[in-house]
Parts: sequence; C-alpha cells; structure tokens
Amino acid sequence: MIRSTGDAFLHELNKDAETLRLSYGNSLGDKIIADIYKNAEQITKNVILIDNNKKNWTLKLDNYLTSKVFGYPFMLLVLGIILWITISGANIPSDILASALFGLQEVVSRGFLSLGAPAWLHGVLVLGVFNSVAWVVSVMLPPMAIFFPLFTLLEDLGYLPRVAFNLDNLFKKAKTCGKQSLTMCMGFGCNAAGVVACRIIDSPRERLIAILTNNFVPCNGRFPILIAIGTIFGVGALASQLQALAVTGIITGVIMIGVFVTFAVSWFLSRSVLKGEASSMVLELPPYRRPKIVSVVYRSIIDRTIFVLKRAVIVAAPAGGIIWIVANTYIGEISILNHLAGWLNPFAQTIGMDGYILLAFILGLPANEIVFPILIMSYISSGTMIELESLAELQMLFINHGWTWLTAANVMLFTLLHWPCGTTLITTRKETGSKKWTLAAFIIPTTVAFTVCFILTQTVRLLGLA
Amino acid sequence: MNVGHKKLLREHFGIKAKSDQYIIALAGNPNVGKSTVFNALTGLRQHTGNWPGKTVDNAQGSFSYQNIDFLMVDLPGTYSILTNTVEEEIARDFICFAIPDVTIVVLDATSLERNLNIALQVMEITPKVIVCVNLMDEAQKNRIVLDLPGLEKELGVPVIGTSARQGIGLDKLKEVLYLAVKEQMSFHPRQLQYSQEVEKAIEQLLPKIEQFGLSEYLNPRWLALRLLDSDQMLTRKVCAYLSANSEGDIYKEVSMAL
Amino acid sequence: MSFVPNAMPLSQLSIGSSCTIAEIGLNGLLRRRIQDLGIIPGTTVECLRRGPSGDPTAYVVRGTTIALRKEDAHLINVFPI
Repeated sequence: MIRSTGDAFLHELNKDAETLRLSYGNSLGDKIIADIYKNAEQITKNVILIDNNKKNWTLKLDNYLTSKVFGYPFMLLVLGIILWITISGANIPSDILASALFGLQEVVSRGFLSLGAPAWLHGVLVLGVFNSVAWVVSVMLPPMAIFFPLFTLLEDLGYLPRVAFNLDNLFKKAKTCGKQSLTMCMGFGCNAAGVVACRIIDSPRERLIAILTNNFVPCNGRFPILIAIGTIFGVGALASQLQALAVTGIITGVIMIGVFVTFAVSWFLSRSVLKGEASSMVLELPPYRRPKIVSVVYRSIIDRTIFVLKRAVIVAAPAGGIIWIVANTYIGEISILNHLAGWLNPFAQTIGMDGYILLAFILGLPANEIVFPILIMSYISSGTMIELESLAELQMLFINHGWTWLTAANVMLFTLLHWPCGTTLITTRKETGSKKWTLAAFIIPTTVAFTVCFILTQTVRLLGLA
Repeated sequence: MNVGHKKLLREHFGIKAKSDQYIIALAGNPNVGKSTVFNALTGLRQHTGNWPGKTVDNAQGSFSYQNIDFLMVDLPGTYSILTNTVEEEIARDFICFAIPDVTIVVLDATSLERNLNIALQVMEITPKVIVCVNLMDEAQKNRIVLDLPGLEKELGVPVIGTSARQGIGLDKLKEVLYLAVKEQMSFHPRQLQYSQEVEKAIEQLLPKIEQFGLSEYLNPRWLALRLLDSDQMLTRKVCAYLSANSEGDIYKEVSMAL
Repeated sequence: MSFVPNAMPLSQLSIGSSCTIAEIGLNGLLRRRIQDLGIIPGTTVECLRRGPSGDPTAYVVRGTTIALRKEDAHLINVFPI
C-alpha cells in the first residue's frame, strides 16, 4: 500500500515541502523549536508553585573547583589521590589472586602430567595460555576494580564536566575538545576504555584525534613498569621516607610528558591529516549530586572492569601460547626467543635498549601487563613468565644485563609512548570502523616512541653522559 | 500493522523480545537520572551493548510486575529528538519505527522547562507516553514545589513523581505502566500549538501527506513539521520501515535514504 | 549576521549580569544544539563564571548551567538587562 506510492510521489512531496519552506524564508525550523519552547514555558508557568531554585551548594563548590586559584591544583590532587589509592590498594589483592591462580596452575599441571599429556601440549596450554591469562587477570583485575569505581564515583558526583570546563581552553589551542580530557582520565584506568569513552566527543574529527592519542596516557597495565623502574633507578639511594615522594615526582613527570605529547600530536594532527578548526563545544555543568556508592561500584565493575578484562583475556590467551612456543622451541642450541632478541639487538641499541627489552615489548603487544614477566623470563633464560620476589633482585638482574640510567629512562619513555596494546587496537577498530585509522593508532605512537628514544640516546651518547 | 512486521522492525533495532513481553522505551535529557530509573527498575537483568551498526551505547533490561513482563530499552540521553545527531536519530527512529508499547520520558524536576521540550516532542510522535518527573528530592532541597496533578492535566498523559536514587515512586511508575499496557488508562497527549505561520504551512502540506496514507502509523502533522524543518531523509525512511518485508529490505532502503 | 540595534555579543556579557537573547548568528549543528537547550530569541541568560583560564564561560539558561566557548558566544547577539 505504501510501496505503491512510489519514488515519484516521494520526490514530489519533498519538493513541495522544500518550496513551502523556502517561501517562508527558510525559517520554519527556528519557529518550530521556538514554538515548542513556548508551549513548555506556558506549562511550566502553570505547574511551578514555588521556585527558589538557586542550587546554592553547586554554586559554592564551583566557586572553588573551577576557580583560577584552586581549579587546576584540585584536579591534580584528585588525579593523584585516585592513582595512589589504585596502585597501593591493588598490591595485596593482586598478590592473593596471583598465588591463587598460580596455585591452580600447579594443580592443572599435575593433572596434565598424570594424564600423560605430551610435554609440548602441557607447555602451550598450561605454561603458555594459562600462565599468561593468570598474569593478566591477577595484575589487571585489582587495579581496574579499584580505579573504575573511583572514576565512576567522580562521574556520578558531577565533577567530570568541571574537568572538561577547566581544561577546554588548552584543548582548544590544539583545535580539539575539552571533553578529550575525560577520555584521557579514563585512559589511566585502561586505554581501551578510554577509546570507548571518546564517544562523548561530538565532532568526528576531534573524536578521532582523541582516540589516536589516548595511548599517551599510561594505563594501569603500564604503571607497575614505570613505578618499578622509577624506584630502582630514580631513587634507589634515597632514604625510604623520601623514596615514595621521589617516585611520585618521577611518575608525575612521566604523566606530564604523556600529556605534553598528547597535546603536541593532537596539534599536529589538527594541522595535517585531520585538518580542521576546533568545532564548537556545548557543555552542561549539572548540579553536584551525592552518588549512590553501591550502584556505582556495581555498574563500574559490570560495565567497565569486566568488559575490559574479557577483551584482555581473549587477546592474552593465544598470545601466551605463542610466547611459550617462542621461548621453548630451539633452532640449533638457541631458542627462537634468543634468536629474535639477537636479531633485534643492533636496532634496539640505537634507542638505548637491548634486543630482549624490545622483544618483550613486541611480545607484550596483547597486554602491557606481561611485558615485565617476559623480560625477566628471557633474562634468566626460563621457559615461562615469572616475576621476581623483590626490587633488589630485579635491580641486580637489570644491572647484570648492562642497564644504565639511560636504559631505564628509555624503557620508561618507551613504555609511555609505544604502540597501544592489542585490546586497545581491537577496540579502536570497533570504534572507528576503519582499518586505516587502527593502523594509524599503531603507527603514530610507535613512531613517536622510537623517535624520542633515539634522539635521547644519541644526544646523551654524543655528550658522553652515559 | 501486523505482529510479524512489528517484530521485524523491533529486531532491526536489536530488540529480541519474547512474544508476551511489552516493549518500554525510556527517553529523556542527559543528567536527569534516566539510567538510575533504568537500573532501579531492571536491576541485574540487563544487557548492554551497541545499537546495531552504531557506536552508541544500548542498554536493555527486563522486569515484571503483576505477572506482566516488560523489556525496557534505554534510549540515548538527548536534549531533543529533531535528529541533529546520531543519538537523537536513534531515539527518534526507535520511538517512530520500533513502536514501543509505552514510552517513559524522564524529566528533571529542577529544570522542568527545558525537560518538557523533549517530552512534548515525544508526545507528538506517540500517544502512549508516561512522564516520570525524577529528582523530586533535589527539587525539594532547592525549594521548588511542583503541581504534578496540574502537570498531568496540562499534558494529558500520566505523570509520576520519583526520586529514583531513593527508590521513591518507582512502584507507582510500574503500576501505571501495568495499567497502560492493559489498556486501562487513557492517553490524550496535549498537541503542541504552533504559531500562525507554522500552522499555515502545515495546512498547506497536509493534503499531500494524507495521500501518503500512513496516518494509521504516524501523526501526519508531525510528518509535515519534519518536512518543513528540512528532514529530507524522513519520507524515505518511513517508506523503508513501513513497507519492508525482511531485514534485508530495511537495510537496502535505509541505506538508499542516506 | 544581521545588525540588531542595541544588541551586543553574548561573549561580552560580564559575570553576574543577565541578558535576553536577540538573535542567534550561529549555523548548522551548533545553532540547533543551542536552540535545543532553549537558547532562543527572548530567553533570559545569566553569565555565571569563566573557566580558570578565562574561557569557556558558564551561563545559566532555564535553570541549567551551560558552558560555551568565546568564539561561539560571540555569534549570539543579546540585549543586556
């Protein structure tokens, strides 16, 4: 019945409407909206009996939270507190989870052996797949289960729009949007979640820039690397009270470099491949509200933590198998892993690292959490991923393998700037719907990381400082 | 519209409802506690994902009341549904073409005027609207007093005051929802009054639209308004959705419209 | 933008003062966005505060707070009250 009306009729109808619209000076759209609001005004006038609406509480808070003096320091303080709670709070549950999961691995291992499974099958499935999943879960789950609820709490309070309000001017200079700051905050928890959060940015150009640069914010998976190396090489000699302070300083510095690179790359993209002017920004600053803790925790764990963990496990499981094969298959006297590291070494040296480190980053593509275990595994020529008991042991291991402060600096920079993890790349693919932009999301950080490390290394060597 | 067609359209929007489940759409501005209402009603029985083919969050959840099963669909939070953004388009298309059994519009009691904007727009598309005035506790704190029975009279649809965070008013909401799907409640949504110029333009376009023969599904006045507001895609979309015999048809027609 | 006598850009409104909207000189999506928020000719708008670095500016419109950038507010003409 409707189909029979046909295209010709549709065309005619559209044309009639067009003629009519133009005959009214193309202003009917404006009038329609204004009229709807007139109706709303009329109704409101009739049903609001008393209105002393001042939202006092919100006004007073904003006098501080968005002020010239307190606006920025308060933001940094909040970020610092959240990261501190996340990092220090995650240690114990991480240890518990690790010992539980690796205990389970023992059991599964014995099961395999008692069934007479071939050694390679046991290796790939238990020492490879199971081991890497156990790593990812035990290192990733606790910080995310702490970070995301805290972040959602801020969201529920209504503080996040204020962050965008405070920072918009900076982002405008890079021709992007203040809401990018929120996607960056989310990136501290997990870059994959940060990439999804870019949905809040309206302009497709600015959203793409936010997606492509999200990786320059170090996620939970990369913080442990930064902290360990920062502690070992940055502050080893200091008294223990000063150590915590100094590590905090180093980490803050690293984050600042990441933020700077984010602005620089955003600025560059806005003037090259993603050319365009800053589009407008309309940002609502809703009143502050007391959050509902239980529902915040529940929602953030279901919506964000489990979501990210699921994707990470899917990527880490097959990777674990491959890593085991690489570490345990020998060509001649040497394992494939050693062959690869040796082959990468000359190149890695130019950026102040060694073949094992670069290989660990490459094999750690599925999840940043396994970069360190892979590195330790290769340094002590073990066949499976492990972690050392203490930082002192780690320090000895690194120094024995020729690490200097320059190596440490390069590894930290590379950790901050290198390619996104597999989970983030898959998420980027899903969000942009484009292979080209996913490739860009890989190539841009990779180029930045190599360039920065190369320049630093060559400069330092030229000056004879290391 | 026959049952099969309705099911097809709903499936196009990613809705897989059991045959005895009523579909409830949840619309409203951002920051009005829409998801609090959604969470409070559906609890753990939720499914989150994306809208088909879009990178926009979609949440569905089920609940039952008096042995009636409901499937609630949380539409993107928007200030309007005049389809300027993908989110608005999803919300509008869902209400228009997935034909929810009831649409709940959540309003913020502390900024009624702006929130009524979207409520009035929804009421122009579908008569079965329940207005949920949320954040009544905030309004009280800010010393705002609303005449909800008066609002109900003004709007011609049921109006329920809630404080979803405290769980207040949700039982009443469910009860009204029940009465609505059981056809035990009447809906006479207030029709928007436009200025003379707009009314005149509508009148000029209406005869043509009535030849279309779809007043059974869509309010012709509303369609006229959208055309006058330069929504060129809409007529094609209308045809695509209402005449499609299969999922493939919809995709073909809708993509032609874009 | 056409000239409206006695009007000035919204961006020049000082903090704490109010105005009514005269004309919206924005185009495209932003024009619609602004209108959807109820910023239409005749609406009263109060300038609430500026961001810590002087931009954007928060305005109170119909009981809600909306932040706009200077560039965008510049294209909205208002009558100061």
